[in-house]
Amino acid sequence: MERYDLAIIGAGPAGLAAACAAYENGARKIVVIERDREAGGILNQCIHNGFGLHHFKEELTGPEYAQRFIRMVKETDINLLLDTMVLKVTQDKKLHIMNPQDGYKIVSAETVILAMGCRERTRGAIGIPGTRPAGVFTAGAAQRYVNIEGYMVGKRVVILGSGDIGLIMARRMTLEGAKVLACIELMPYSNGLSRNIVQCLDDYGIPLFLSHTITEIKGKNRVEGVCVQKVDKLGKPIPGTEINFDCDTVLLSVGLIPENELTRETGIEIDHRTRGPVVFENMETSVPGIFACGNVAHVHDLVDYVTAEGFRAGAAAARFCQNQIPAYDSKRVTTFKCGDNVSYAFPQHIRPEGINKYAELFFRVKRPVINAVIELKSGNEVLCSYKRNHMAPGEMEKIIIPKEALETADGLLTISVAGE
Amino acid sequence: MKRLICILCPKGCHLEIDEKQGYKVSGNGCPRGEQYGKREVIAPVRTLTSTVKVVDALHSRCPVKTDSAIPRKLILKAMRLLDNVQLQAPVHCGDIVIENVFDSGANIIATRDLDKVS
Amino acid sequence: MYDVVIIGCGVIGASAAYELSKYKLSIAVLEKENDVACGATRANSAIIHAGFDPKPGTKMARLNVLGSRMMGELCEKLSVEYSQIGSLVLAFTEKEMECVRELYERGGKNQVPGLRILTRDEVLQIEPNVNVEVIGALHAPTAAIINPWGLCLALAQNAKINGVDIHLNSEVVRISNKGGHYHVETTSGAYDTRYIVNAAGVYSDKVSDMVAEPFFRITAVKGEYYILDKSQGDIVNYVLFQTPSSVGKGVLIAPTVHGNLIVGPTSEPTADPEDTSVSYRGLEEVVKKSMRLCARISFKESIRNFAGVRAMGGDDFILEASAPNFINAAAIKSPGLSSAPAIALEICDLLKENGLDLIEKDSHTLYKKKPLFKNMRPDEQKKVLELDRRYGRVICRCETITEGDIIEAIKAPVPPVSIDGVKRRCEAGSGRCQGGFCAPRVHEILSREMGRAMESICQGKAGSYILTGKTKTPGGGAV
Repeated sequence: MERYDLAIIGAGPAGLAAACAAYENGARKIVVIERDREAGGILNQCIHNGFGLHHFKEELTGPEYAQRFIRMVKETDINLLLDTMVLKVTQDKKLHIMNPQDGYKIVSAETVILAMGCRERTRGAIGIPGTRPAGVFTAGAAQRYVNIEGYMVGKRVVILGSGDIGLIMARRMTLEGAKVLACIELMPYSNGLSRNIVQCLDDYGIPLFLSHTITEIKGKNRVEGVCVQKVDKLGKPIPGTEINFDCDTVLLSVGLIPENELTRETGIEIDHRTRGPVVFENMETSVPGIFACGNVAHVHDLVDYVTAEGFRAGAAAARFCQNQIPAYDSKRVTTFKCGDNVSYAFPQHIRPEGINKYAELFFRVKRPVINAVIELKSGNEVLCSYKRNHMAPGEMEKIIIPKEALETADGLLTISVAGE
Repeated sequence: MKRLICILCPKGCHLEIDEKQGYKVSGNGCPRGEQYGKREVIAPVRTLTSTVKVVDALHSRCPVKTDSAIPRKLILKAMRLLDNVQLQAPVHCGDIVIENVFDSGANIIATRDLDKVS
Repeated sequence: MYDVVIIGCGVIGASAAYELSKYKLSIAVLEKENDVACGATRANSAIIHAGFDPKPGTKMARLNVLGSRMMGELCEKLSVEYSQIGSLVLAFTEKEMECVRELYERGGKNQVPGLRILTRDEVLQIEPNVNVEVIGALHAPTAAIINPWGLCLALAQNAKINGVDIHLNSEVVRISNKGGHYHVETTSGAYDTRYIVNAAGVYSDKVSDMVAEPFFRITAVKGEYYILDKSQGDIVNYVLFQTPSSVGKGVLIAPTVHGNLIVGPTSEPTADPEDTSVSYRGLEEVVKKSMRLCARISFKESIRNFAGVRAMGGDDFILEASAPNFINAAAIKSPGLSSAPAIALEICDLLKENGLDLIEKDSHTLYKKKPLFKNMRPDEQKKVLELDRRYGRVICRCETITEGDIIEAIKAPVPPVSIDGVKRRCEAGSGRCQGGFCAPRVHEILSREMGRAMESICQGKAGSYILTGKTKTPGGGAV
């Protein structure tokens, strides 16, 4: 059986960053297993710019961002195993893998990093009424057809959901000659970055309908139109507000779900809020020696943060396989509880022994707020507080927690956000 | 007074630009935001990202971009230029696809490597 | 000149074709869609009913019980997914318990084997997730779950390799009686035949009207369903029914043969026999009614909603001639799928009664679908991988379907022509991401293997195009 120090599942931004960091930190026998025919993951189809401002301090396109990491990996002797599917991971870190060259085989690793990314929510998951014609695509599937394969998926388009991929595809379809009639958002605010609303919708005069949803898809074989309605505060369509659009295509940008089928089968603890594995400050999951990073752990909006998480997981995995991770005091674990207006906090647990001076905590608000005050409390005692001008569910927030604050806490900290 | 959201980085600062006071910008989080606010009101520019045809590569399209922002009004014109380009693999990230688009000073460059495949 | 032309290639038409292909006859099946199993066959509850529901003495009662008895062996022979898990009709009130006892009586008369009335405790022991307010149930051990389109496909594939012509995209537009034989005109050409079997589903009344005085009317009744993720697939062990009402068997909950959970249907007449749209109201009704049986289902795990249209007409199946040598197999509502193998035998008998000689062929070839790679034993997997490396490439991640599986489906006697056609044959795209990742790959494989341009490949039925052109072709993508 082939043996590796580290096996990384997925060669998207998280997996590639983890591989680089693990290598730099002394792990040697590393394999990165990717199901696609090339490394880079979803970045390869994200041909727009806006990546890398944090990490590289310059603005790159998705493929350029991926390219830098692919080149770094190729400069090492990291084994990049493409066109290969991981079918199973066991708790003792045996990976059942399969590809056309080697067929079915089992490899073993000292440590494993899960970096499988996420998938898009589909029409079936949100239950849009109407017929089921061709022409309803998830924004990502449409993006692949248009940007990689060079095919147009429609001429008159309505986009449901104002997540970033939806907004980016609104511009992309417009530039390729399609007419994008509207972008429809159920919530009273957009889930996309402000910059994307400006440069993808406003620049091209595409209207954004907030507090609206598609209530019917029409057409027998191909989409022939949609009915859009305003929704009330509970998200229920309001009768009499129907607007009909004559379109042949619907793109869905209605959320991303971490892909954790392998994780679940391995028996790793999952957080129902993030829908990813529960991890510690070093990205280790509930199974020692198995780490997770990137969108498999929680959905990010910036690849730079995915990279940072990949680095953290890669470095920790390298230490693990060199037996440099101390036996932590299991009683000294800080767990985060979501208080007012916080939908999730990540990582779920921080061991004060595992950090130097500061810990980073990522989280999202449930509703947009302005002049926000973020509080971290132990019981009723406020340990730290932070201010932000604007916060929105579509933009992941980060706070820095001093080690002392974690050490004084009794194991449970509540994070909450107040504001207007 | 014009209100804009800065699009230079994902932070999205809410800018106010006062045309009457020499395009004075407020609300910006960094100096680049001031520059952006002014330019956005006077003559907005954008980076164009798209694809061009490529043959003998794993995919049939190669992603490209303008290596600096070009006037927004040139975007659709530049798109039509790309229709007539066909690259031959191998392609290297940074290869110039079209030089000095409409005298804007920007080149259109490939944004990834594509090896030659048979 | 054909001996028999069968109109419609749903599970009834395909069953008849399969049964008739055993005899020395020249046979054609005319199907208006671009694939088989496009109507009610692909959108139903996927249940084989035990047969306690139909009124004793009806054709439905007799054929249901016989069909249900034949089904297991047929599915085994043709490699169709089938599992005899049994069903429970749950009662929550004394009135419903009365109904359960009535069904038990009726089942006895219909000769349904193994029926038993269970107490509350017995129900909760074998089906712990049902609503605890249950007071009893009727257990029918012979009820089963099945892959209905898989059955139809297997029957059609077998008919095809045994000499039956399957003409797709052939909608019957006119039938003329030429005195001694029929001349059937379709959208793809005309065929002469001595006998006709009308298995045209929701259109069977219109087909009958082409040769005979109006004889029966079909009402299309729509039923909406949820399909839930495999995470919900083991919430129930049995097919769970409510007690039937005048409008049908009501909303049921059942595991599917693929490990998902199916919940539905509603029941609503529709003017358009092809109206398979779903509605807020319908889906809400499914959720609400299913809660009464079992409240543990997480509808957040929904992966697909669909609706099917059942051909209703009269109280019983219509299995009789409406003109000389013109046999109707019409109004085959539930339990039509369960009865299909028996209906096929009935059709043979009716043809014989009308003077058709049924002489058995010396040999009948069996076409058995190759198991999916994921269902093979490790040694089989090793062997196929050595022969064809494409079995090592997983295309559909949710269901672990390989390129080899997809190519095998494409090479079958009745090949798929669309993405949905591939899905029906090998599950690619039927999982939780609903083809989000694999549809473009399946599309590419289909295009390559069929030697057809990507733009010409459809999602499902003819006209369900996916792509509108190429990018970067001057004028190509533009409006």
